[in-house]
Amino acid sequence: MREPRSLHRFYEATEQIVTIDRDSPPRVMFCGEDLLVEDLPIGTKVIYPKPPVQGLPNVKAAIRRAINNPHGCDPLHALLKPGMKVTIAIDDISLPLPPMRTPDVRQQVLEVILPLLSDSGVDDVHLVIAVCLHRHMTKDEMKRMVGPAIFDAFYPDRYYNHDAEEPDGLVTLGTTAHGEKAIINRRAAESDLLIYVNLNLVPMDGGHKSVGTGLTNYEGVKAHHTPHHIRHSHSYMDPDRSEMHRSVDRIGKVIDGALDVFHIETTINNRMFDGPLDFLMKREEAYTELDRLKVTGMRAALKHLPAAAKRKMFQAVPAAYEVIAVAAGKTEPTHAEILKASWDQYAVDVDFQADVVVYGMPFISPYNVNSIMNPLLVQVMACGYFHNFYRGKPLLKKGGTLIIAHPCSDAFDPVHHPSYIEFFHRLLAETRDARVLEEKYEREFAENPTYVHLYRTGNAYHGAHPFFMWYWGENGREHMGKIIAVGADNAHVPKLMGWDTAQTLNEAIDMARSIHGRSAEIAMMHFPPISMTQNLG
Amino acid sequence: MPDLKRAAFFDVDGTLVRTNIVHALAFYAMNQGSILGTAWQTARTVLSVPMFMITDRVNRKTFNELFYTYYAGQTEDRLETLAEDLFEDVLQPAIYRGTPQLIAEAKRAGCRIVLVTGALDFTVRRLAEHLGADDLIANKMRFVNGVATGRVVPPIIEGAHKALVIRDYCVRNGVALEKSFAYSDSFSDYPMLAVVGHPAAVNPDLRLARVARAYEWPILTTKEE
Repeated sequence: MREPRSLHRFYEATEQIVTIDRDSPPRVMFCGEDLLVEDLPIGTKVIYPKPPVQGLPNVKAAIRRAINNPHGCDPLHALLKPGMKVTIAIDDISLPLPPMRTPDVRQQVLEVILPLLSDSGVDDVHLVIAVCLHRHMTKDEMKRMVGPAIFDAFYPDRYYNHDAEEPDGLVTLGTTAHGEKAIINRRAAESDLLIYVNLNLVPMDGGHKSVGTGLTNYEGVKAHHTPHHIRHSHSYMDPDRSEMHRSVDRIGKVIDGALDVFHIETTINNRMFDGPLDFLMKREEAYTELDRLKVTGMRAALKHLPAAAKRKMFQAVPAAYEVIAVAAGKTEPTHAEILKASWDQYAVDVDFQADVVVYGMPFISPYNVNSIMNPLLVQVMACGYFHNFYRGKPLLKKGGTLIIAHPCSDAFDPVHHPSYIEFFHRLLAETRDARVLEEKYEREFAENPTYVHLYRTGNAYHGAHPFFMWYWGENGREHMGKIIAVGADNAHVPKLMGWDTAQTLNEAIDMARSIHGRSAEIAMMHFPPISMTQNLG
Repeated sequence: MPDLKRAAFFDVDGTLVRTNIVHALAFYAMNQGSILGTAWQTARTVLSVPMFMITDRVNRKTFNELFYTYYAGQTEDRLETLAEDLFEDVLQPAIYRGTPQLIAEAKRAGCRIVLVTGALDFTVRRLAEHLGADDLIANKMRFVNGVATGRVVPPIIEGAHKALVIRDYCVRNGVALEKSFAYSDSFSDYPMLAVVGHPAAVNPDLRLARVARAYEWPILTTKEE
């Protein structure tokens, strides 16, 4: 590590924001499945994630403490009666990213509560993966998530994916004052007790969103997955300022009024990489000679590997996440405790907004685990998730320029994302207006029998899902003045997205400066791991 | 402009059921009503299989014309009567597991269900009813005085003609081609798939799978457990 030359530099070595100086080392950033090493202009502020919060030393003890001391209700064992019907809903593979090392926290929760259910004479237990309109998890993925013992005991009759298109598989529990229908999985609705086992990767997850979204169908999701809701969410990582969450909460209250729901929520730290990839957790000032060697070696190897091999390599490395909080009980107080822990990990205080923001786009999103990060997913990560990683004011000024590094390859996974292909090539060529897309095409895709069949019997995302991906970038697109893609391997993908292109990061910064002036304030979010800016001034 | 209806056009053999038109012919051959007749027809059919295979590879139309001559001389009553047994003994057990679900999903989407097949109509009529199809487009045997001539009423339903009859069907029934769906397992049905707005390959053969990947058509399976 370089010796800090002044107190100011020492401060920067320990805080989350580094200002690029004349002697600053270049930054390492993702560009899909490649790594870029780029010198940033002097004065650029690079925002790093906080160091990982210490993991709980004994996760199962924390789970037991949580279910024995729940928020707002009796302990779990007191809610159980012999012969009762229980459904345990669990979050799907879309989180965490990448999938965590085994045992997954969901397995650990199940290993605590399933014996408790059995000891209480509760044998009618189903495990339902709350996929909503996400793709169904494969048998191997399901086995990995809960471990072989639970898998063997429950799969396939009592451990399965929620089917949002099963004609008789859903029940309407009621309607909110705003006309939103609370529709959920029939088995869950007809159970004496519904237990939801959640993993909060980001503050958007969990709470009322778990049951109300995870176990519903297209009509249920449609209530809040609209361009209008996203446009009025500032951001959707901040539930208090999210129109989408207001709708989700209204629906959740109807569900809580109709059903006994016991939530077990968990959250994890941001230890996404360790071992050979641990340099990705460090700021470049702290790189050792070995780290620099790793970067050089890795870049050389990646340069010569085909995209599929690189994808396989990155996705084969599970994350070293550790559980940092577990809470249980009624929906809202349970979620509040977990949200606090989540923000404590992710929130980085900033007191500025930048004219230009740079993201190195990684190889993974919630929707391409074991698959390709297609152009729509690049879009949802850039304009959706990353833009929404803020509380208070966004990092980018209104009308500012976003620069992303990603090859933007025209590559889609026909097994996971068949409807995305038609959406991208047929619809985006006609319009990028989310309201027009919603009005004119969304239902057509949602009801397309081919997509319905692929969703139900294969591992495809629902026909309506690409629309939601487009809407999820809506507040970002509305906020940004220009988006520049660096390193795109083709011209038509950025063009269809409405993005400009640049060969290099320097060229992109020059383009941005031509709009915002030479004194434009530039910031870079050093993703991944995840961090979120908090600008409450 | 009025809101046109939409339809889902399904090929049958290999798409909805695992059998093909040879199974139907073999069934009739083995149920001739007399031991001698059955033995003769069965032997004739079995011996013709290599010829069927070669002709099918060279030209589907020639194959169909040749194939249907094997029905010549059989009475209409007998063919119709045996069709019920053909359905129960051969076709119904051969329906792919995913077939009813795929058809139900198309119905839920508001599509008219239309089976489009090169098989003879009396052999698949009962299957179409069973699957809840609204219409059946199939080849029709020409009968003279109640006896099959071995020739079908033109145009023969195969390959490019499937696309033509689908077009005609849409015009006659106020169905929008661009809003309609087509499902087939075979490359020979490429025209039928290409003519609609939403084609999909179902349990595709190698050539169709290659085309489906090239055109980014969805690929479905109905036969897996």
